[in-house]
Amino acid sequence: MAKYLLLKHYRGAPAAVNDVPMDRWTPEEVSAHMQYMSDFAVRLEGTGEFVDGQALAPEGAWVRYDGEGRPPVTDGPFAETKDLIAGWMVIDVDSYERAVELAGELSAAPGAGGKPIHEWLEVRPFLTAPPTITE
Amino acid sequence: MDESLLRSLTPGVLAVLVRRGADFAAAEDAVQDALVEAVRVWPADPPRDAKGWLVTVAWRRFLDATRADAARRRREDLVDEEPASGPAPAVDDTLQLYFLCAHPSLTPASAVALTLRAVGGLTTRQIARAYLVPEATMAQRISRAKRTVSGVRFDRPGDVATVLRVLYLVFNEGYSGDVDLATEAIRLTRQLAARVDHPEVAGLLALMLLHHARRAARTAPDGSLVPLAEQDRGRWDTRAIAEGVGILQAALARDRLGEFQAQAAVAALHADAPTAEETDWVQIVEWYDELARLTDSPVVRLNRAVAVGEADGPRAGLAALAALDDSLPRHAAVAAYLHERDGDLVTAARLYAEAARKASSLAERDHLTRRAARLNARGCR
Repeated sequence: MAKYLLLKHYRGAPAAVNDVPMDRWTPEEVSAHMQYMSDFAVRLEGTGEFVDGQALAPEGAWVRYDGEGRPPVTDGPFAETKDLIAGWMVIDVDSYERAVELAGELSAAPGAGGKPIHEWLEVRPFLTAPPTITE
Repeated sequence: MDESLLRSLTPGVLAVLVRRGADFAAAEDAVQDALVEAVRVWPADPPRDAKGWLVTVAWRRFLDATRADAARRRREDLVDEEPASGPAPAVDDTLQLYFLCAHPSLTPASAVALTLRAVGGLTTRQIARAYLVPEATMAQRISRAKRTVSGVRFDRPGDVATVLRVLYLVFNEGYSGDVDLATEAIRLTRQLAARVDHPEVAGLLALMLLHHARRAARTAPDGSLVPLAEQDRGRWDTRAIAEGVGILQAALARDRLGEFQAQAAVAALHADAPTAEETDWVQIVEWYDELARLTDSPVVRLNRAVAVGEADGPRAGLAALAALDDSLPRHAAVAAYLHERDGDLVTAARLYAEAARKASSLAERDHLTRRAARLNARGCR
Protein backbone atom coordinates (compact mmCIF):
# COMPACT_ATOMS: atom_id res chain seq x y z
CA MET A 1 0.00 0.00 0.00
CA ALA A 2 1.15 3.48 -0.67
CA LYS A 3 -0.21 6.84 0.31
CA TYR A 4 -0.96 9.61 -2.15
CA LEU A 5 -2.00 13.22 -1.71
CA LEU A 6 -4.74 14.45 -4.04
CA LEU A 7 -4.53 18.22 -4.32
CA LYS A 8 -7.36 20.46 -5.46
CA HIS A 9 -6.29 23.93 -6.51
CA TYR A 10 -8.16 27.23 -6.35
CA ARG A 11 -5.50 28.61 -8.63
CA GLY A 12 -2.28 27.37 -10.15
CA ALA A 13 -3.64 24.28 -11.86
CA PRO A 14 -4.37 24.23 -15.60
CA ALA A 15 -7.89 25.48 -16.38
CA ALA A 16 -10.75 22.99 -15.97
CA VAL A 17 -12.79 22.00 -19.04
CA ASN A 18 -16.06 23.18 -17.46
CA ASP A 19 -14.39 26.27 -16.03
CA VAL A 20 -17.10 28.37 -14.39
CA PRO A 21 -16.36 29.98 -11.00
CA MET A 22 -18.34 28.37 -8.21
CA ASP A 23 -20.14 31.62 -7.28
CA ARG A 24 -21.89 31.55 -10.67
CA TRP A 25 -23.35 28.11 -10.06
CA THR A 26 -26.91 27.63 -8.83
CA PRO A 27 -27.25 26.64 -5.18
CA GLU A 28 -28.42 23.21 -6.35
CA GLU A 29 -25.28 22.80 -8.43
CA VAL A 30 -23.14 23.71 -5.42
CA SER A 31 -25.00 21.19 -3.28
CA ALA A 32 -24.61 18.49 -5.92
CA HIS A 33 -20.89 19.19 -6.06
CA MET A 34 -20.48 18.99 -2.27
CA GLN A 35 -22.56 15.83 -2.15
CA TYR A 36 -20.35 14.21 -4.79
CA MET A 37 -17.20 15.00 -2.83
CA SER A 38 -18.64 13.72 0.41
CA ASP A 39 -20.00 10.55 -1.22
CA PHE A 40 -16.57 9.97 -2.71
CA ALA A 41 -14.92 10.20 0.72
CA VAL A 42 -17.51 7.91 2.28
CA ARG A 43 -17.01 5.36 -0.47
CA LEU A 44 -13.24 5.38 0.08
CA GLU A 45 -13.79 4.88 3.80
CA GLY A 46 -15.78 1.81 2.84
CA THR A 47 -13.00 0.41 0.67
CA GLY A 48 -10.43 1.08 3.38
CA GLU A 49 -8.58 3.55 1.15
CA PHE A 50 -9.40 6.82 2.92
CA VAL A 51 -6.83 8.37 5.22
CA ASP A 52 -7.76 12.02 5.63
CA GLY A 53 -9.12 15.03 3.80
CA GLN A 54 -9.70 18.72 4.54
CA ALA A 55 -10.85 21.83 2.73
CA LEU A 56 -8.75 24.98 3.04
CA ALA A 57 -9.85 28.60 3.13
CA PRO A 58 -8.79 30.62 0.09
CA GLU A 59 -7.03 33.23 2.22
CA GLY A 60 -3.38 32.43 2.72
CA ALA A 61 -0.14 34.33 3.04
CA TRP A 62 3.53 33.83 2.38
CA VAL A 63 5.46 34.25 5.61
CA ARG A 64 9.21 34.75 6.00
CA TYR A 65 11.74 35.28 8.78
CA ASP A 66 12.95 38.87 8.66
CA GLY A 67 15.94 38.78 10.98
CA GLU A 68 16.61 38.82 14.72
CA GLY A 69 14.08 40.75 16.81
CA ARG A 70 11.79 41.61 13.90
CA PRO A 71 8.33 40.27 13.19
CA PRO A 72 8.02 37.83 10.29
CA VAL A 73 7.31 39.32 6.88
CA THR A 74 4.04 38.49 5.16
CA ASP A 75 3.34 38.95 1.49
CA GLY A 76 0.70 41.64 1.89
CA PRO A 77 -2.52 42.05 -0.03
CA PHE A 78 -1.37 40.61 -3.34
CA ALA A 79 -2.33 37.01 -2.65
CA GLU A 80 -4.30 36.64 -5.86
CA THR A 81 -1.12 36.15 -7.87
CA LYS A 82 -0.04 32.91 -6.24
CA ASP A 83 -1.04 29.23 -6.42
CA LEU A 84 -3.70 28.29 -3.91
CA ILE A 85 -4.71 24.90 -2.63
CA ALA A 86 -8.45 24.51 -2.07
CA GLY A 87 -8.27 21.21 -0.27
CA TRP A 88 -6.63 17.85 -0.12
CA MET A 89 -7.33 14.20 0.43
CA VAL A 90 -4.91 11.49 1.46
CA ILE A 91 -5.59 8.00 0.15
CA ASP A 92 -3.84 4.70 0.86
CA VAL A 93 -4.09 2.48 -2.21
CA ASP A 94 -2.56 -0.64 -3.74
CA SER A 95 -0.98 1.02 -6.75
CA TYR A 96 -0.20 4.26 -8.57
CA GLU A 97 -2.77 3.25 -11.19
CA ARG A 98 -5.45 3.10 -8.50
CA ALA A 99 -4.45 6.56 -7.25
CA VAL A 100 -4.79 7.98 -10.76
CA GLU A 101 -8.13 6.21 -11.24
CA LEU A 102 -9.49 7.75 -8.04
CA ALA A 103 -8.17 11.22 -8.88
CA GLY A 104 -9.92 10.88 -12.23
CA GLU A 105 -13.20 10.08 -10.47
CA LEU A 106 -12.82 13.02 -8.12
CA SER A 107 -12.18 15.29 -11.09
CA ALA A 108 -15.58 14.28 -12.47
CA ALA A 109 -17.43 16.10 -9.65
CA PRO A 110 -20.37 18.02 -11.15
CA GLY A 111 -20.18 21.80 -11.58
CA ALA A 112 -22.02 24.38 -13.67
CA GLY A 113 -24.94 22.94 -15.60
CA GLY A 114 -24.63 19.70 -13.61
CA LYS A 115 -21.79 18.67 -15.94
CA PRO A 116 -18.46 17.31 -14.66
CA ILE A 117 -15.88 20.03 -14.07
CA HIS A 118 -12.98 18.00 -15.50
CA GLU A 119 -10.71 19.95 -13.20
CA TRP A 120 -7.02 19.08 -12.95
CA LEU A 121 -6.02 17.41 -9.69
CA GLU A 122 -2.47 16.95 -8.58
CA VAL A 123 -1.47 13.44 -7.44
CA ARG A 124 1.67 13.23 -5.28
CA PRO A 125 3.11 10.11 -3.65
CA PHE A 126 4.16 10.34 0.00
CA LEU A 127 7.76 9.58 0.77
CA THR A 128 7.79 6.41 2.82
CA ALA A 129 9.93 4.92 5.51
CA PRO A 130 12.63 2.75 3.95
CA PRO A 131 11.66 -0.89 3.45
CA THR A 132 13.29 -3.44 5.70
CA ILE A 133 15.21 -4.90 2.78
CA THR A 134 17.18 -2.69 0.46
CA GLU A 135 20.63 -4.21 0.16
CA MET B 1 -4.47 -12.87 33.62
CA ASP B 2 -1.84 -13.67 30.98
CA GLU B 3 -2.72 -11.56 27.94
CA SER B 4 0.02 -12.96 25.74
CA LEU B 5 -1.37 -16.45 26.39
CA LEU B 6 -4.80 -15.28 25.22
CA ARG B 7 -3.27 -13.63 22.18
CA SER B 8 -1.35 -16.75 21.23
CA LEU B 9 -4.44 -18.96 21.65
CA THR B 10 -6.87 -16.72 19.76
CA PRO B 11 -5.89 -17.65 16.17
CA GLY B 12 -6.14 -21.37 16.92
CA VAL B 13 -9.59 -21.02 18.45
CA LEU B 14 -10.75 -18.87 15.54
CA ALA B 15 -9.36 -21.45 13.14
CA VAL B 16 -11.33 -24.27 14.77
CA LEU B 17 -14.58 -22.33 14.42
CA VAL B 18 -13.89 -21.42 10.80
CA ARG B 19 -13.04 -25.01 9.96
CA ARG B 20 -16.26 -26.20 11.56
CA GLY B 21 -18.10 -23.98 9.13
CA ALA B 22 -18.57 -20.73 11.02
CA ASP B 23 -18.60 -17.58 8.95
CA PHE B 24 -15.35 -15.68 9.48
CA ALA B 25 -16.93 -12.55 10.97
CA ALA B 26 -19.36 -14.50 13.17
CA ALA B 27 -16.52 -16.73 14.35
CA GLU B 28 -14.49 -13.71 15.32
CA ASP B 29 -17.38 -12.20 17.28
CA ALA B 30 -17.84 -15.48 19.11
CA VAL B 31 -14.12 -15.71 19.93
CA GLN B 32 -14.17 -12.14 21.26
CA ASP B 33 -17.09 -13.08 23.51
CA ALA B 34 -15.18 -16.11 24.74
CA LEU B 35 -12.13 -13.97 25.51
CA VAL B 36 -14.22 -11.55 27.53
CA GLU B 37 -15.68 -14.50 29.41
CA ALA B 38 -12.17 -15.87 30.01
CA VAL B 39 -10.99 -12.58 31.49
CA ARG B 40 -14.00 -12.69 33.84
CA VAL B 41 -13.85 -16.33 34.89
CA TRP B 42 -10.23 -17.49 34.72
CA PRO B 43 -8.70 -15.50 37.61
CA ALA B 44 -10.98 -17.34 40.08
CA ASP B 45 -11.29 -20.58 38.18
CA PRO B 46 -8.42 -21.26 35.76
CA PRO B 47 -9.13 -24.00 33.21
CA ARG B 48 -6.87 -27.02 32.82
CA ASP B 49 -6.99 -26.83 29.00
CA ALA B 50 -7.15 -23.14 28.11
CA LYS B 51 -7.60 -23.61 24.37
CA GLY B 52 -10.22 -26.33 24.80
CA TRP B 53 -12.10 -24.07 27.19
CA LEU B 54 -12.04 -21.18 24.71
CA VAL B 55 -13.14 -23.40 21.81
CA THR B 56 -16.08 -24.75 23.81
CA VAL B 57 -17.27 -21.33 24.96
CA ALA B 58 -16.74 -19.67 21.56
CA TRP B 59 -18.54 -22.46 19.74
CA ARG B 60 -21.47 -22.23 22.16
CA ARG B 61 -21.60 -18.46 21.60
CA PHE B 62 -21.49 -18.97 17.87
CA LEU B 63 -24.36 -21.48 18.02
CA ASP B 64 -26.39 -19.16 20.25
CA ALA B 65 -25.88 -16.24 17.87
CA THR B 66 -26.73 -18.35 14.86
CA ARG B 67 -29.87 -19.82 16.48
CA ALA B 68 -31.03 -16.38 17.51
CA ASP B 69 -31.16 -15.39 13.88
CA ALA B 70 -34.29 -17.04 12.55
CA ALA B 71 -33.51 -16.04 8.99
CA ARG B 72 -30.50 -18.23 9.15
CA ARG B 73 -32.33 -21.36 10.13
CA ARG B 74 -30.97 -23.31 7.24
CA ARG B 75 -27.44 -22.73 8.35
CA GLU B 76 -28.41 -23.63 11.89
CA ASP B 77 -29.43 -27.03 10.62
CA LEU B 78 -26.08 -27.28 8.92
CA VAL B 79 -24.06 -26.40 12.01
CA ASP B 80 -26.15 -28.71 14.17
CA GLU B 81 -25.01 -31.58 12.02
CA GLU B 82 -21.39 -30.71 12.73
CA PRO B 83 -19.70 -32.53 15.58
CA ALA B 84 -19.85 -30.26 18.61
CA SER B 85 -16.49 -31.00 20.16
CA GLY B 86 -13.05 -32.44 19.59
CA PRO B 87 -10.95 -30.86 16.84
CA ALA B 88 -10.10 -33.25 14.00
CA PRO B 89 -6.56 -34.34 14.74
CA ALA B 90 -5.40 -34.62 11.13
CA VAL B 91 -6.13 -30.97 10.30
CA ASP B 92 -3.92 -28.06 11.31
CA ASP B 93 -6.47 -25.31 11.82
CA THR B 94 -4.01 -22.46 12.12
CA LEU B 95 -2.44 -23.46 8.83
CA GLN B 96 -5.84 -23.23 7.17
CA LEU B 97 -6.23 -19.79 8.67
CA TYR B 98 -2.97 -18.72 6.95
CA PHE B 99 -4.34 -19.91 3.62
CA LEU B 100 -7.71 -18.26 4.16
CA CYS B 101 -6.08 -14.90 4.99
CA ALA B 102 -3.88 -15.10 1.89
CA HIS B 103 -6.75 -16.04 -0.38
CA PRO B 104 -6.15 -14.98 -4.01
CA SER B 105 -9.47 -13.08 -4.07
CA LEU B 106 -8.04 -10.52 -1.60
CA THR B 107 -5.92 -7.51 -2.54
CA PRO B 108 -2.42 -7.62 -1.03
CA ALA B 109 -3.35 -4.88 1.45
CA SER B 110 -6.44 -6.77 2.62
CA ALA B 111 -4.57 -10.05 2.86
CA VAL B 112 -1.92 -8.40 5.01
CA ALA B 113 -4.49 -6.78 7.31
CA LEU B 114 -6.51 -9.96 7.70
CA THR B 115 -3.41 -12.06 8.42
CA LEU B 116 -2.25 -9.68 11.13
CA ARG B 117 -5.74 -9.68 12.64
CA ALA B 118 -6.63 -13.37 12.43
CA VAL B 119 -3.32 -15.22 12.52
CA GLY B 120 -1.33 -12.64 14.43
CA GLY B 121 -4.11 -11.77 16.86
CA LEU B 122 -3.32 -8.03 16.65
CA THR B 123 -6.06 -5.52 17.35
CA THR B 124 -7.42 -3.37 14.54
CA ARG B 125 -6.00 -0.32 16.29
CA GLN B 126 -2.52 -1.83 16.40
CA ILE B 127 -2.63 -2.69 12.69
CA ALA B 128 -3.97 0.76 11.79
CA ARG B 129 -1.15 2.42 13.72
CA ALA B 130 1.48 0.26 12.10
CA TYR B 131 0.21 1.30 8.67
CA LEU B 132 -0.43 4.94 9.62
CA VAL B 133 -4.08 4.96 8.63
CA PRO B 134 -7.16 5.77 10.74
CA GLU B 135 -8.58 2.93 12.77
CA ALA B 136 -11.91 3.23 10.91
CA THR B 137 -10.13 2.78 7.57
CA MET B 138 -8.38 -0.35 8.77
CA ALA B 139 -11.59 -1.68 10.31
CA GLN B 140 -13.29 -1.33 6.91
CA ARG B 141 -10.40 -2.96 5.13
CA ILE B 142 -10.55 -5.93 7.49
CA SER B 143 -14.32 -6.31 7.40
CA ARG B 144 -14.31 -6.18 3.59
CA ALA B 145 -11.63 -8.84 3.58
CA LYS B 146 -13.75 -10.97 5.91
CA ARG B 147 -16.76 -10.59 3.64
CA THR B 148 -14.65 -11.54 0.62
CA VAL B 149 -13.53 -14.80 2.17
CA SER B 150 -16.79 -15.60 3.93
CA GLY B 151 -18.10 -18.86 2.62
CA VAL B 152 -14.68 -19.99 1.44
CA ARG B 153 -14.14 -23.49 2.78
CA PHE B 154 -10.96 -25.43 2.64
CA ASP B 155 -11.01 -28.96 1.42
CA ARG B 156 -7.55 -28.82 -0.12
CA PRO B 157 -4.35 -27.03 0.85
CA GLY B 158 -3.93 -23.45 -0.35
CA ASP B 159 -0.99 -21.97 -2.15
CA VAL B 160 2.08 -21.61 0.10
CA ALA B 161 3.60 -19.10 -2.31
CA THR B 162 0.69 -16.69 -1.72
CA VAL B 163 1.06 -16.97 2.05
CA LEU B 164 4.79 -16.32 1.76
CA ARG B 165 4.16 -13.23 -0.34
CA VAL B 166 1.82 -11.84 2.32
CA LEU B 167 4.34 -12.48 5.10
CA TYR B 168 7.09 -10.90 2.99
CA LEU B 169 4.92 -7.78 2.54
CA VAL B 170 4.42 -7.54 6.30
CA PHE B 171 8.16 -7.90 6.90
CA ASN B 172 9.06 -5.28 4.32
CA GLU B 173 6.99 -2.51 5.86
CA GLY B 174 9.55 -0.34 7.54
CA TYR B 175 7.18 1.22 10.04
CA SER B 176 7.37 0.46 13.68
CA GLY B 177 4.80 1.79 16.08
CA ASP B 178 3.74 -0.13 19.15
CA VAL B 179 3.84 -3.21 16.93
CA ASP B 180 7.04 -4.07 15.15
CA LEU B 181 5.90 -5.54 11.85
CA ALA B 182 9.27 -7.10 11.03
CA THR B 183 9.30 -8.98 14.34
CA GLU B 184 5.66 -9.92 13.87
CA ALA B 185 6.39 -11.26 10.37
CA ILE B 186 9.24 -13.36 11.75
CA ARG B 187 7.00 -14.72 14.51
CA LEU B 188 4.29 -15.70 12.01
CA THR B 189 6.76 -17.20 9.54
CA ARG B 190 8.27 -19.26 12.38
CA GLN B 191 4.80 -20.61 13.18
CA LEU B 192 4.24 -21.41 9.52
CA ALA B 193 7.63 -23.12 9.22
CA ALA B 194 6.73 -25.33 12.19
CA ARG B 195 3.56 -26.43 10.41
CA VAL B 196 4.52 -26.77 6.80
CA ASP B 197 7.56 -28.54 5.43
CA HIS B 198 8.57 -26.46 2.42
CA PRO B 199 12.07 -25.24 1.49
CA GLU B 200 10.79 -21.79 0.50
CA VAL B 201 9.13 -21.28 3.90
CA ALA B 202 12.52 -22.01 5.44
CA GLY B 203 14.11 -19.74 2.83
CA LEU B 204 11.85 -16.84 3.75
CA LEU B 205 12.41 -17.36 7.47
CA ALA B 206 16.19 -17.41 6.90
CA LEU B 207 15.97 -14.27 4.75
CA MET B 208 14.00 -12.40 7.42
CA LEU B 209 16.34 -13.46 10.22
CA LEU B 210 19.43 -12.47 8.25
CA HIS B 211 18.07 -9.03 7.38
CA HIS B 212 16.67 -8.45 10.81
CA ALA B 213 20.04 -9.32 12.33
CA ARG B 214 21.57 -6.27 10.65
CA ARG B 215 18.76 -3.92 11.52
CA ALA B 216 20.36 -2.14 14.47
CA ALA B 217 23.34 -1.18 12.30
CA ARG B 218 21.29 0.01 9.32
CA THR B 219 20.33 3.40 10.70
CA ALA B 220 22.25 6.05 12.61
CA PRO B 221 20.70 7.48 15.81
CA ASP B 222 19.30 10.40 13.75
CA GLY B 223 17.44 7.96 11.49
CA SER B 224 19.72 8.33 8.47
CA LEU B 225 20.67 5.25 6.45
CA VAL B 226 24.04 3.58 6.98
CA PRO B 227 25.14 1.73 3.82
CA LEU B 228 26.13 -1.90 4.20
CA ALA B 229 29.85 -1.23 3.72
CA GLU B 230 29.89 1.38 6.51
CA GLN B 231 27.83 -0.56 9.05
CA ASP B 232 29.34 -1.41 12.43
CA ARG B 233 29.37 -5.18 12.11
CA GLY B 234 29.77 -5.51 15.85
CA ARG B 235 26.13 -4.44 16.13
CA TRP B 236 24.86 -7.29 13.97
CA ASP B 237 22.93 -9.91 15.88
CA THR B 238 25.21 -12.95 15.51
CA ARG B 239 22.69 -15.32 17.07
CA ALA B 240 20.04 -14.45 14.50
CA ILE B 241 22.66 -14.74 11.73
CA ALA B 242 23.70 -18.19 12.92
CA GLU B 243 20.08 -19.30 13.10
CA GLY B 244 19.32 -17.91 9.63
CA VAL B 245 22.37 -19.54 8.08
CA GLY B 246 21.51 -22.88 9.70
CA ILE B 247 17.93 -22.78 8.43
CA LEU B 248 19.12 -21.76 4.96
CA GLN B 249 21.70 -24.54 4.73
CA ALA B 250 19.12 -27.17 5.68
CA ALA B 251 16.76 -25.77 3.03
CA LEU B 252 19.41 -25.60 0.29
CA ALA B 253 20.43 -29.20 1.03
CA ARG B 254 17.01 -30.28 -0.20
CA ASP B 255 17.85 -29.07 -3.68
CA ARG B 256 14.56 -27.32 -4.38
CA LEU B 257 15.79 -23.79 -4.93
CA GLY B 258 13.37 -20.89 -4.91
CA GLU B 259 13.76 -17.12 -4.89
CA PHE B 260 13.60 -16.69 -1.10
CA GLN B 261 16.37 -19.24 -0.58
CA ALA B 262 18.49 -17.51 -3.23
CA GLN B 263 17.89 -14.08 -1.67
CA ALA B 264 18.72 -15.51 1.73
CA ALA B 265 21.95 -16.92 0.28
CA VAL B 266 22.98 -13.40 -0.79
CA ALA B 267 22.09 -12.05 2.64
CA ALA B 268 24.07 -14.87 4.27
CA LEU B 269 27.16 -14.03 2.23
CA HIS B 270 26.95 -10.42 3.43
CA ALA B 271 26.39 -11.54 7.00
CA ASP B 272 29.35 -13.94 6.83
CA ALA B 273 31.91 -11.35 5.78
CA PRO B 274 33.98 -10.08 8.74
CA THR B 275 34.57 -6.80 6.85
CA ALA B 276 32.95 -5.26 3.76
CA GLU B 277 36.20 -5.81 1.83
CA GLU B 278 36.07 -9.53 2.52
CA THR B 279 32.59 -9.95 1.01
CA ASP B 280 32.50 -12.83 -1.46
CA TRP B 281 31.11 -10.83 -4.37
CA VAL B 282 31.90 -13.53 -6.92
CA GLN B 283 29.54 -15.93 -5.18
CA ILE B 284 26.96 -13.17 -4.75
CA VAL B 285 26.97 -12.60 -8.52
CA GLU B 286 26.37 -16.33 -9.00
CA TRP B 287 23.35 -16.19 -6.67
CA TYR B 288 21.99 -13.18 -8.55
CA ASP B 289 22.34 -15.22 -11.75
CA GLU B 290 20.22 -17.92 -10.10
CA LEU B 291 17.71 -15.29 -8.96
CA ALA B 292 17.50 -13.78 -12.45
CA ARG B 293 16.80 -17.28 -13.78
CA LEU B 294 14.06 -17.82 -11.15
CA THR B 295 12.30 -14.46 -11.26
CA ASP B 296 13.37 -12.46 -14.31
CA SER B 297 12.88 -9.39 -12.12
CA PRO B 298 14.46 -6.10 -13.23
CA VAL B 299 15.24 -5.31 -9.59
CA VAL B 300 17.31 -8.49 -9.41
CA ARG B 301 19.26 -7.49 -12.51
CA LEU B 302 19.88 -4.06 -11.02
CA ASN B 303 21.24 -5.63 -7.83
CA ARG B 304 23.29 -7.99 -9.95
CA ALA B 305 24.92 -5.01 -11.67
CA VAL B 306 26.00 -3.72 -8.25
CA ALA B 307 27.47 -7.12 -7.38
CA VAL B 308 29.26 -7.31 -10.76
CA GLY B 309 30.69 -3.86 -10.06
CA GLU B 310 32.14 -5.14 -6.80
CA ALA B 311 33.35 -8.47 -8.20
CA ASP B 312 34.83 -7.32 -11.53
CA GLY B 313 35.27 -3.56 -11.09
CA PRO B 314 33.02 -0.54 -11.70
CA ARG B 315 33.45 -0.63 -15.49
CA ALA B 316 32.03 -4.15 -15.61
CA GLY B 317 29.17 -3.02 -13.36
CA LEU B 318 28.40 -0.09 -15.66
CA ALA B 319 28.42 -2.43 -18.64
CA ALA B 320 25.89 -4.69 -16.89
CA LEU B 321 23.84 -1.63 -16.00
CA ALA B 322 23.84 -0.36 -19.59
CA ALA B 323 21.68 -3.32 -20.58
CA LEU B 324 18.90 -2.21 -18.19
CA ASP B 325 16.08 0.30 -18.57
CA ASP B 326 17.15 3.53 -16.88
CA SER B 327 13.60 4.23 -15.69
CA LEU B 328 13.96 1.47 -13.08
CA PRO B 329 13.70 2.63 -9.48
CA ARG B 330 17.20 3.19 -8.04
CA HIS B 331 18.83 2.87 -11.46
CA ALA B 332 20.36 6.35 -11.14
CA ALA B 333 21.55 5.60 -7.60
CA VAL B 334 23.39 2.48 -8.78
CA ALA B 335 24.89 4.33 -11.76
CA ALA B 336 26.02 7.14 -9.46
CA TYR B 337 27.72 4.69 -7.10
CA LEU B 338 29.53 2.89 -9.94
CA HIS B 339 30.71 6.17 -11.49
CA GLU B 340 31.97 7.32 -8.10
CA ARG B 341 33.94 4.09 -7.72
CA ASP B 342 35.28 4.58 -11.21
CA GLY B 343 36.57 8.05 -10.27
CA ASP B 344 34.15 10.10 -12.39
CA LEU B 345 32.98 12.30 -9.54
CA VAL B 346 31.21 14.92 -11.66
CA THR B 347 28.95 12.36 -13.32
CA ALA B 348 28.47 10.63 -9.97
CA ALA B 349 27.35 13.87 -8.26
CA ARG B 350 24.88 14.63 -11.05
CA LEU B 351 23.44 11.10 -10.88
CA TYR B 352 23.20 11.13 -7.07
CA ALA B 353 21.17 14.34 -7.30
CA GLU B 354 18.92 12.78 -9.95
CA ALA B 355 18.52 9.62 -7.84
CA ALA B 356 17.60 11.76 -4.80
CA ARG B 357 14.77 13.41 -6.76
CA LYS B 358 13.42 9.98 -7.71
CA ALA B 359 13.82 8.34 -4.29
CA SER B 360 10.61 7.02 -2.76
CA SER B 361 11.67 7.07 0.86
CA LEU B 362 12.72 10.02 2.96
CA ALA B 363 15.79 8.34 4.43
CA GLU B 364 16.94 7.24 0.98
CA ARG B 365 16.46 10.72 -0.46
CA ASP B 366 18.43 12.33 2.35
CA HIS B 367 21.18 9.76 1.98
CA LEU B 368 21.53 10.36 -1.78
CA THR B 369 21.35 14.15 -1.35
CA ARG B 370 24.21 13.99 1.16
CA ARG B 371 26.31 11.92 -1.23
CA ALA B 372 25.73 14.40 -4.06
CA ALA B 373 26.51 17.33 -1.74
CA ARG B 374 29.71 15.67 -0.54
CA LEU B 375 30.99 15.14 -4.10
CA ASN B 376 30.01 18.65 -5.17
CA ALA B 377 31.76 20.19 -2.16
CA ARG B 378 34.90 18.27 -3.04
CA GLY B 379 34.72 19.52 -6.65
CA CYS B 380 34.47 23.17 -5.56
CA ARG B 381 37.56 23.12 -3.37
